[in-house]
Amino acid sequence: MELENLRFGTELLKRGFAKMQKGGVIMDVTTPEQAVIAEEAGAVAVMALHAVPADIRKMGGVARMADPVIIEEIINAVTIPVMAKARIGHFVEAQILEALGVDMVDESEVLTPADQFHIDKTKFTIPFVCGARNLGEALRRIAEGAAMIRTKGEAGTGDVSQAVLHMRMILGQIKSLKGMDEQQLMKVARDIEANCDLVTECARLQRLSVVNFAAGGVATPADAALMMQLGADGVFVGSGIFKSENPQAMASAIVQAVHNFDNPQLLAQVSKGLGAAMKGMDASTIPEGEILQSRGW
Amino acid sequence: MIALQGDVSEHVGAMERALCGRGSAVQVRRAGIVPDCNGLVLPGGESTTLSRQLATTGIDQEIKRAAASGVPVLATCAGLVLVSRIIQGDTKVHPLGLMDTTIGRNVFGSQRESFESDLEVEGFDRPFRAVFIRAPAIVSVGKGVQVLARVGENTVAAREKNVLCLAFHPELTEDLRFHQMFLDTVGVK
Repeated sequence: MELENLRFGTELLKRGFAKMQKGGVIMDVTTPEQAVIAEEAGAVAVMALHAVPADIRKMGGVARMADPVIIEEIINAVTIPVMAKARIGHFVEAQILEALGVDMVDESEVLTPADQFHIDKTKFTIPFVCGARNLGEALRRIAEGAAMIRTKGEAGTGDVSQAVLHMRMILGQIKSLKGMDEQQLMKVARDIEANCDLVTECARLQRLSVVNFAAGGVATPADAALMMQLGADGVFVGSGIFKSENPQAMASAIVQAVHNFDNPQLLAQVSKGLGAAMKGMDASTIPEGEILQSRGW
Repeated sequence: MIALQGDVSEHVGAMERALCGRGSAVQVRRAGIVPDCNGLVLPGGESTTLSRQLATTGIDQEIKRAAASGVPVLATCAGLVLVSRIIQGDTKVHPLGLMDTTIGRNVFGSQRESFESDLEVEGFDRPFRAVFIRAPAIVSVGKGVQVLARVGENTVAAREKNVLCLAFHPELTEDLRFHQMFLDTVGVK
């Protein structure tokens, strides 16, 4: 086969990669050892970080892309895909992650934003996942080239309520497009500040054109199954695993919960004897300046 | 359709288009359903995750029994890894051994190296647009395995008796020729 026949970084490859993650759990890890635990528990991918969101919250200061050494160690420790976070708008962090061989970049509100503009994701060979609280935000990110959307939730809290709110919002808004004519769709596009063609596509598909995951506050098998029953394609778990009493057991139980999300008997079984979940904090008690989900637009 | 994880809905969609009402695609998430199926599809996803779930649910034994009794199997990407006999340098995935093949995982590299290509396929009159995503490949085959397509040294499509395996994703494009080939083996008229 001729080498010039090959095409890299197409929209199909980016969105296709995200589709392979469906029905799976993507886990935050900070060391190669944690990455191995995640892989053994059945994670479909790991997110390489220098600290989990709960610790980023506590530490304060500027949160940046993880040290390339940690990312490389994690890439070498597992065979499943490795994702990593870049600051909103920090396209050079994203370039570095791509150069390191990361499989997907999370342009994440958990890190301190670098720009009022998000990264132009069409310029990259590897795919991006971005957070969203509502349909307008999801479609703006898709227009910029995101191959996967996740709810923002409120990261590092262990409080699933914000992820629920965002998932219900996005799916509810899509449902409300059903049966609308061209003019009505144009009005919606203007109101939610989104590209009209993408709104029309959503109305027709009755879902986002890319994979839609849950993230931000998932801490237990029941939380993960809740997000799946609400309509998530899969689940990100950040602090919920390695801030729990028994990470191995929790990681494995959350994977089982996602695979059996509509089977309460099995959910009851996998939820037994896991030790304490992360302590967490009520998202509604967070002072305004410390809320992560309002970063980005 | 083994529906434990991965791009199941894309496979269901492609198969239903190929079936044109001549049957239906059933999603299998627990044991007890495989014995009633006329054909089995192992979709793309993460082979480590899928391998674990196949063992946990007991579906792995059902697939082995069905394949041994001649039920046609279509395996794509992670599926190709799972149906193999030997996986190079990996103890995390337990292959089902439905085909006499040795597999390399992520042979072409990470997502950055994922690619699309027009593939020459044995028996096809025009190339097939193939989508390779962190793809595995067959590095060596036993005597009974018929090689259908190659990328460089590596085999990316092959058949042995009732099992057809592809390193790429026919369910992500509109071209249904491989799905049709599978349905011909199933005997859908």
